[in-house]
Amino acid sequence: MEETDVVFLWGSNARAAHPIWFHHLLKGIHNGAKLYVMDPRRTESAQWADVWLGLNVGSDIALSNTMAREIIHAGLVHQEFVSNATSGYEAYKASVESYTLEKGALLTGVPADVIRDAAHTFAKADRAMICWTLGITQHHDAADNVLALINLCLLTGHVGRWGCGCNPLRGQNNVQGGGDMGAIPNKYPGFQEITDPSIQARFEKHWTVKLQPEAGRNLTQMLHAMASGEMTSLYVIGENPVQSDADGHHVEQALKGLDHLVVQEIVMTKTAELAHVVLPAAATWCEGEGTVTNSERRVQRCRKASEPPDGAKDELWIIAQIAKRLGHDWGTPTAEEVWNEFREVAPEFAGGMSYERLDALNGIQWPCPDESHPGTTFLHERLWEKGEKRGPAAPFTVVRHEGPVEMPDAEFPLLLTTGRRLESYNTGVQTAGYDSPLHWGEMLDISPEDAARLGISDNEEARITSRRGSVVAPAHIDRSLRAGMVFMTFHFPENVATNLLTLDVSDPKSGTAEFKACAVRVEPSRALAGSAHT
Amino acid sequence: MDIRLLDAEPTAEERSAVDDVLGAPGSSWDGGDRGSARDSHTAEFGGRATRERRHLLLPAFQALQARVGFITEGGLDYVCARLGVPPAEAWGVATFYAMLATSPRPRRMVHVCDDIACRAKGAAGLCASLEREAGAPISHEPAGHHVALDREKAAWMHSPCLGLCDVAPAALVVEAGAKTVERSIGHATKDGVLSLLGGKAPGPDGASTPHIGRSPLIVGGGLLERVGKVDPASLAAYRAAGGYAALAKAVDMGAEGVIREVTASNLVGRGGAAFPTGRKWEAVRTQPAQPHYLVCNADESEPGTFKDRVLLTEDPFAIVEAMTIGAFATGAEKGFLYIRADYPLAYERMQGAIVQARAAGLLGENILGRGLRFDIEIRRGAGAYICGEETALFESIEGKRGEPRNKPPFPVSYGLFGKPTTMNNVETFANIPAIVLDGGAAFAKVGTAQSTGTRLFCLSGTVRKPGVYEVPFGTKLSALIGMAGGVPEGRTLKAVLLGGAAGGFVRADELDITLTHEDTRATGTTLGSGVVMLFDETADLRDAVLRIAAFFRDESCGQCVPCRVGTVRQEEALHRIASGKMRGGVKGELALLDELGDAMKDGSICGLGQTAYSAVESAIKRLGLYSDAGSATA
Amino acid sequence: MTTPFVQIRRPDREPKKMVELQVDGIAVSVPEGTTILGAARTIGIDIPTLCYLETLRPVNVCRVCMVEVEGSRVLVPSCSRAAEPGMIVRTGNDRVKHTRKMVLELLASSVDLSTTPGMAALLDEYECDPERYGPPAPPAAAGVRDAAVCGHHTPPNPDFAATLAQPPIVDNDLYVRDYAKCVLCYKCVEACGVDHQNTFAIAVAGRGFDARISTELAVTLPDSACVYCGNCIAVCPTGALMAKREFDMRGDGSWHEEKQTSADTICPYCGVGCTLTLHVQDNEIVKATSPLDNGITMGNLCIKGRFGWRFVQRKPEAGSQEAGTGAL
Repeated sequence: MEETDVVFLWGSNARAAHPIWFHHLLKGIHNGAKLYVMDPRRTESAQWADVWLGLNVGSDIALSNTMAREIIHAGLVHQEFVSNATSGYEAYKASVESYTLEKGALLTGVPADVIRDAAHTFAKADRAMICWTLGITQHHDAADNVLALINLCLLTGHVGRWGCGCNPLRGQNNVQGGGDMGAIPNKYPGFQEITDPSIQARFEKHWTVKLQPEAGRNLTQMLHAMASGEMTSLYVIGENPVQSDADGHHVEQALKGLDHLVVQEIVMTKTAELAHVVLPAAATWCEGEGTVTNSERRVQRCRKASEPPDGAKDELWIIAQIAKRLGHDWGTPTAEEVWNEFREVAPEFAGGMSYERLDALNGIQWPCPDESHPGTTFLHERLWEKGEKRGPAAPFTVVRHEGPVEMPDAEFPLLLTTGRRLESYNTGVQTAGYDSPLHWGEMLDISPEDAARLGISDNEEARITSRRGSVVAPAHIDRSLRAGMVFMTFHFPENVATNLLTLDVSDPKSGTAEFKACAVRVEPSRALAGSAHT
Repeated sequence: MDIRLLDAEPTAEERSAVDDVLGAPGSSWDGGDRGSARDSHTAEFGGRATRERRHLLLPAFQALQARVGFITEGGLDYVCARLGVPPAEAWGVATFYAMLATSPRPRRMVHVCDDIACRAKGAAGLCASLEREAGAPISHEPAGHHVALDREKAAWMHSPCLGLCDVAPAALVVEAGAKTVERSIGHATKDGVLSLLGGKAPGPDGASTPHIGRSPLIVGGGLLERVGKVDPASLAAYRAAGGYAALAKAVDMGAEGVIREVTASNLVGRGGAAFPTGRKWEAVRTQPAQPHYLVCNADESEPGTFKDRVLLTEDPFAIVEAMTIGAFATGAEKGFLYIRADYPLAYERMQGAIVQARAAGLLGENILGRGLRFDIEIRRGAGAYICGEETALFESIEGKRGEPRNKPPFPVSYGLFGKPTTMNNVETFANIPAIVLDGGAAFAKVGTAQSTGTRLFCLSGTVRKPGVYEVPFGTKLSALIGMAGGVPEGRTLKAVLLGGAAGGFVRADELDITLTHEDTRATGTTLGSGVVMLFDETADLRDAVLRIAAFFRDESCGQCVPCRVGTVRQEEALHRIASGKMRGGVKGELALLDELGDAMKDGSICGLGQTAYSAVESAIKRLGLYSDAGSATA
Repeated sequence: MTTPFVQIRRPDREPKKMVELQVDGIAVSVPEGTTILGAARTIGIDIPTLCYLETLRPVNVCRVCMVEVEGSRVLVPSCSRAAEPGMIVRTGNDRVKHTRKMVLELLASSVDLSTTPGMAALLDEYECDPERYGPPAPPAAAGVRDAAVCGHHTPPNPDFAATLAQPPIVDNDLYVRDYAKCVLCYKCVEACGVDHQNTFAIAVAGRGFDARISTELAVTLPDSACVYCGNCIAVCPTGALMAKREFDMRGDGSWHEEKQTSADTICPYCGVGCTLTLHVQDNEIVKATSPLDNGITMGNLCIKGRFGWRFVQRKPEAGSQEAGTGAL
């Protein structure tokens, strides 16, 4: 990051959402890197860009395919890498052929010369990388968006090398670690396939239990299963879906229909309020022990700094107690013991990461198979190897522009997109607790043009209505927004439940929901107050 | 950059002043109107290209100052929006320069000098009577009590040395507006200043008729040859007088040939540090990093110094030609002339010279048709003595606070914008054409073996014929003073300030000093910037010392502790002596001053702090100015 | 088009040449680019510093670390001057000690150093007598120093020594700026600026003794560009910048550093994985910092990491059923 030449920051306002990562990007910039930011809004991050590409919401694939076509036509493809290390190039090439600069400009709104310049700069750079966040993944075609960016890196050979690559910035401190440890429906710990019988056999032997062979449901599928009555019980640990998930009404109804809801939480969230049983838990990050994995796959230790409040229990203890009541006496395992078991069942992944080494090296980047291994700074280096060592080819994937599911129309003329602000976090469960001078509450960011047209002044209450719900929030006139777009967060669900507006449409491949685009109508609240009684 | 602005709207006047310097905004993202479809979907503002325009910050502020009379909130905000400079940074820069006002000021201001040379000529009395008749000056103290100020009613304020010591007491009138008026006032009188405060239009510039003197030992040539004889506003006149022959010859000789002659001439810098010019040029020429820059230091601010003003005003083409030769020799294509704020006439003449030279193909592309490329941009100072220090001057051109850098690295490798840079003083450059034309050996024949050529001296204070005098190195101080007629009839010379505020006093019985680098070094004095300021019995020497101490306190940039706090403690000690409230008697105070002086000398970042005790020390040790002060209270 | 050479691994750094020099008579060999301070520390010679910090570019303004280098006309700042072959350095002779003593004394006579760690011992060691400059002048009223403009100043009052004394600025709930304690080391400006945060909410304004750290037009922090990352607090060597919590606790006498424990954990927010050092007193987190030598943070945090930990210890409201869960 600090030694790269070109950075595409795509669908990420890292300045606000990943401030310390942004420090490293800034070091890269000061070292001479060129920054391109792709974001419908000219965010704080975009304001650092040498070039901002303010694409239309949901036109990411159109933009990347257009760039790909331009790179191909300009003869800037990294032929050697493409022929040695990738597959599916011809099909991909054919699939982007229709994305001319003119078509790209039409679909994305970004002027053709700007797309061309970005494509050329990226392809010609010695080192270049693409970094993205939820602007790419909170769409109904999230996985395709990611694949489109991977295609660009494959096309130009910007992968598996120092200062290059695809870099998704994780939004939560252990979203990566959750996956590492198997908290995803289709993998065992260490990303081992549930459906692979040999792996399953290994885990069954280790755990001395029979394991069911099917992949589980993802969150969106679970909600549907609850709604349809297929799923009747739910154990929620440290999540607040009532407020964090799209289409909040729908989630609340699904949870209310359960026979049995257990919520393990550190505070009494809206979700916990619906629970039949609440298990008060210690805040493991500072009142317990464990590990987390960050965006760069670095496993680091969390350590206990203070005792939990009376009554709150260590999470491992809670889980072990539940296991005991279900007939499995695990005793009282320590975090390190659990970790060491993980190292045993996923040796190629974590075998070399003892607590001792994690301490000594300030964390280790997986994979780290043995205790002499320094950890892995970047992945996919093998693609540059010769012969056998290169391994399977990296596939291009054909992806097509579809655009958002819901587009503005006469009734709902504005496009609402959502995101984070610097000082707050998700549903505000944690960030509501400190006296931040930046804590302004929820706001509707609106362009000066729309505000003027609608007769809304700065700080005035506005009503925002979508096909699914309606909320009221003060307007904030934001010059970084173009006309036709409005922006909100979901940090203050107590006051403004933004997710009553958003769509319950999610990506079939990854299960992530379309938070980034829904059509809304905005009116001054005062105008409605007058007519409310009629 | 994600900067946060103040949300203060600029007026049309402020907008146009800034746009005159920066050009019209390129998009809605840097201060233009919203609405363009392109701006909705792309921006190229805020990245590296924007940050590289930071050096325009000071010119933009100066445009506001010249148009409005102070840096308004709206103006500050607009400059920040246009250049992408964070407002706090911009504020830090604006508050660094004394000629930029950050609180409301009247459109017309009269800056009345009360520095050492002007004090010796009655400036204190002038200020006192102004205070009686025109009211208190605009104070540099907290702005609160000027809130109710009438912007249309002119006001006056104290000023440090204006470089007009030959016509002391001096003043400067500046009127902000669409057409800015800036005029130096020589021989300022109470009535003259009062009429300016009353709205009267100022007369011709007071710097336009300098007095010069030349040693009879200088035959042919010399630095003042054209002064008063050749029209400084005419390129044709300059060429008719032999101008630009040197540049043509230099190109024939090639860069290495030029440097060979400059080295052979043994020319050393005239700004004060006396570094060999040939060595400096060779060091820059051979630096691999590109581009190279060339800077002419015309920020002459040492109290008592005005020689460069005379050269800039009276022989501007010579400076342009010499800079072009220097650029050719050192491989620079871009030059800056950094001229102090309060030399309006010199600025005008230099600007005129550059425009004419450019039109005549003597600057720009393909100079003289010989493929040489070079151009000069003038940057004006904004009221900061420290910017005469070379690295502070770089910072100032770069749009920052004029804070000196620690050296090494030296400017020859890491100078302006971090690139190899040649910086020379105006007088140093003025010597170059003759060296090129006549050869280094001929130049070295004048003066002494170690101090070659001639030197300009600024005679001021209680001297009969103040002015700029050119003498060969090796002339006796007494002879130089004799040329200027000594002190007025019937008065007695008490002391001479040699070298400026950063130099030192010598006694009347020490005039046998030979004016060479080697002899002054041997006698513990310095030629500095060529100041020779005379004090007879009518001048208050202790008052001059207090003023020097106050000057250093005012002009310290504030970066390093020894200078920032040391100059305050030095001034306090001198005031305790002056008021008879010594701690530990005079002896104790003098010992304290010595301890402070050693720490400032050894511990400060730059020459300002390192020399802040020089003049005070000489007053104590050479003049024995305080040897009788303690008797009453010690 | 094929690139002839493709860099895969991190480019090898040329091994640095070694530089031989002598510090206080001891021969030292250090890699090229090492400062004199670094060289001295390798042989256990400690030179005191104030404006120096490993994670910031040296500004060499405090002049506490000055040493003598043979052949140099003046002393040189050891924190920024690179070691050169054959250099002969003296870190503690009379000349060096004099300047160091004067610098410390000048600071102590004008700045409140009462919360500067290690300062009392240093002032003793160098036999500083800040009182010899006279009794300190009465504190300036709020805002007066912020409004100072450069140019002629009011002549000094011979009865007093000028100081920076002024009331602390408390304009937000997260941190306090007590500029009576500011030694103008520039660290906060660097941390807020180009070295780390690049927010540029503060800069040095004014000149000379009137130079001060300021927002634009000295507006309050909430009206400034400040994003409350607190990275300025983290680098402040004198306690001029302090978290409000600590400021308040010191004010009411409940701040007891000797009773505090600390543990390193990982910030509970985004996926960057910043190490948080939580400082705990009486089982309550009172401060969060990050280690300077942490490759991810370099000691920096954002507002959430620095201040957003209060949620774990909000006390349950009286009579609440939510034992152990705290309020929202």
